[in-house]
Amino acid sequence: MSGRVATSGASRARTALLFAGMAALILLEGLTGGWNTALGILNMGLISAVMALGVNMQWGYAGLFNTGVVGFVAMGGLAPVLIAMPPVREAWAAGGLRMGLALVFAVAVVAAAVQVWRRLQGRSRGLATAGVLVAGFFAYRALFDPAVAAIEAVNPAAAGYLGGLGLPVLLSWPVGAILAAGAGWIVAKTALGLRSDYLAIATLGIGEIIVAILKNEDWLDRGVKNVIGIPRPVPYEIALQNDPSFVARAASLGIDPVTASTVWVKILYAGIFAVVLLALIWLLERALNSPWGRMMRAIRDNETAAEAMGKDVKRRHLQIFVLGCAVIGLAGAMMITLDGQMTPGSYTPLRFTFLIWVMVILGGSGNNWGAMLGGMLVWYLWIKVEPWGNALMGLVTSGMADGSALKAHLIASSAHMRLLTMGLILLVVLRFSPRGLLPEK
Amino acid sequence: MDILNAIVALANFVLIPAAAYGAQLALGALGVTLIYGILRFSNFAHGDTMAFGTAMVILVTWALQGAGIGIAPLPTALLALPFGIGLTAALVLGTDRAVYRFYRRQKAAPVILVIVSMGVMFVMNGLTRFIIGVEDIAFDDGARFIVNARAFRDATGLDEGLALRSTQVITLVTALVVVVWLFWFLNRTRTGKSMRAFSDNEDLALLSGINPERVVMYAWLIASALATIAGTLYGLDKSFKAFNYFQLLLPIFAAAIVGGLGNPVGAIAGGFLIAFSEVGVTYAWKKVAGYVLPFWEPDGLLQLLSTEYKFAVSFVILIAVLLFRPTGLFKGKSV
Repeated sequence: MSGRVATSGASRARTALLFAGMAALILLEGLTGGWNTALGILNMGLISAVMALGVNMQWGYAGLFNTGVVGFVAMGGLAPVLIAMPPVREAWAAGGLRMGLALVFAVAVVAAAVQVWRRLQGRSRGLATAGVLVAGFFAYRALFDPAVAAIEAVNPAAAGYLGGLGLPVLLSWPVGAILAAGAGWIVAKTALGLRSDYLAIATLGIGEIIVAILKNEDWLDRGVKNVIGIPRPVPYEIALQNDPSFVARAASLGIDPVTASTVWVKILYAGIFAVVLLALIWLLERALNSPWGRMMRAIRDNETAAEAMGKDVKRRHLQIFVLGCAVIGLAGAMMITLDGQMTPGSYTPLRFTFLIWVMVILGGSGNNWGAMLGGMLVWYLWIKVEPWGNALMGLVTSGMADGSALKAHLIASSAHMRLLTMGLILLVVLRFSPRGLLPEK
Repeated sequence: MDILNAIVALANFVLIPAAAYGAQLALGALGVTLIYGILRFSNFAHGDTMAFGTAMVILVTWALQGAGIGIAPLPTALLALPFGIGLTAALVLGTDRAVYRFYRRQKAAPVILVIVSMGVMFVMNGLTRFIIGVEDIAFDDGARFIVNARAFRDATGLDEGLALRSTQVITLVTALVVVVWLFWFLNRTRTGKSMRAFSDNEDLALLSGINPERVVMYAWLIASALATIAGTLYGLDKSFKAFNYFQLLLPIFAAAIVGGLGNPVGAIAGGFLIAFSEVGVTYAWKKVAGYVLPFWEPDGLLQLLSTEYKFAVSFVILIAVLLFRPTGLFKGKSV
């Protein structure tokens, strides 16, 4: 199971072949469906690959089962809002200070409760801790509620939130990673060390809660009113179309400026994402083939033996879980940067937790290249299954009489083919090829 | 009078809804805990089994309504329930045959089975959406209220009305019947005893000649019946929407773990604990406080958390139990 044997010729050839196949699928999409769609699939595919890498670190390296991926993606997605949006100065003046005070107070209450729990003994301990928490909660609400009201009253149609720091959006990517890592640390601190199912359920909960917070705390990110117009790291299409030199170059290639600008913007995004992805995979491969990586795999394969060798299993699990969350958060920030808007309502667990899991399992858990391939391939399928389902239903129902209720129902339902297909892919891979397309060596 | 008003308001907005919700959660948690006890993994597909079962019940209900068969004043769905359970059980047993049995024979790690159940969840979710769509469906017919708020006010002369919806009473009565039957089955019948033996010590049970496949089959049968009943009661009480059932997964798991995974009594206690905490924390207490403490006029609604955060309540209880009592309030199977 050593990492060195890993790079045997056969598995290299297999990796190259499968990635070539993936590239061919994207090219085919470009030639048949237009380059705009193809690049769109490629960009989200690259981001999905980063998410899959994060989950693969947790599951493939350490065997930790995270079902709250959606929460960490959303946490990362908050970063572009907090970093890149211009600050709303009136809102800061109205309630910024009070809000900061309330949040600091909340942290202080929790810290105080932990201290009380640690210092006291016996029966008074539980009561005193609960007392601190309850009293602290009410005091916190007394600080927090007026601050929220003040902030949300400022120009609610366009702002109603604190805004961000007005910094370059690329800066938000590492910040997104840090935010997600922080959330991951909290959940890992509580649920690691218990049996594996409990971590799964605890992460399921934290995922739901983070999304609920983003949906409801309007002062933070406008909630379901969405934040739109997040600054971009690449030029706007309209600016390119007004740029004479760009228009001239597009004309020299024989492309109309509108198409050229949209495609160029997507190519720029794809370039940035590819750089991030490749840098990440280089780091991860280095880590996996280092003594640290061997230790992680040893822990995963036999915790007891690793513990007997003096490895601190719980600490290593905490470390890898937090690192994995950071990578997922990075992907979340990248996605919001690509979309240019933050829509908390769109974070659904099926799309952002379980789909990522399909990517990791299909690609090959424990293999970074596998996770990357799985991310891109499953995203491609996710996009393509719907039109294929429509076509299939068209074929199936072509013999039926027009206007029959069954025909209408079948055609309308083809949109739900995606979930069915993804579930079947997961089950089939788990059953017949549990190590995935690119198995861990 | 004010105290009476306070009690009525409390019953109307907290006690009755929470009791009905708690019964629904308890039935769901019983299914989760049963599968955990026998098959030893947390079944993530349980929420979607509930959704599928409810979808089946709705289809049969529509068919019965179309044929003009009903049991008014009770909702037709109750009549459709056995058919729904049958259809769901067929799907679940088929799933076990096609999917889970393979891993059981391999003695796969529990976490693999959890991932497998995630795949099953996807398929069932897709199937449910495929069959019945994603819209809100209200399928309760029959009498709506047993006690009407206005009638109650007129009869008692109180300011507060008390509404007792028929679905709430049906939920509680059905849950009681099901739980009594389940405990009778587990404690008094041969099959039930063999299931408990299997859950306590698999090797010993196998040695004494208990057929594991039979035990597993009964576990799935009962779990799908519980899921269908819980889902239908929830759907009658609120309304049917496929996605809501997925979201019930968290409170149901919390209930099962809080009570102690694998422990049926714990699952019931956990269900009610979660439900009462959830409703109590998200209820705006201003009205009740107004009756009890007439001299105090609070500024806000006295709501601890807005309803959108109800999941946080189950989560916090779950985390507290995991931190301080990992085997649950009643002794569960393992840490």
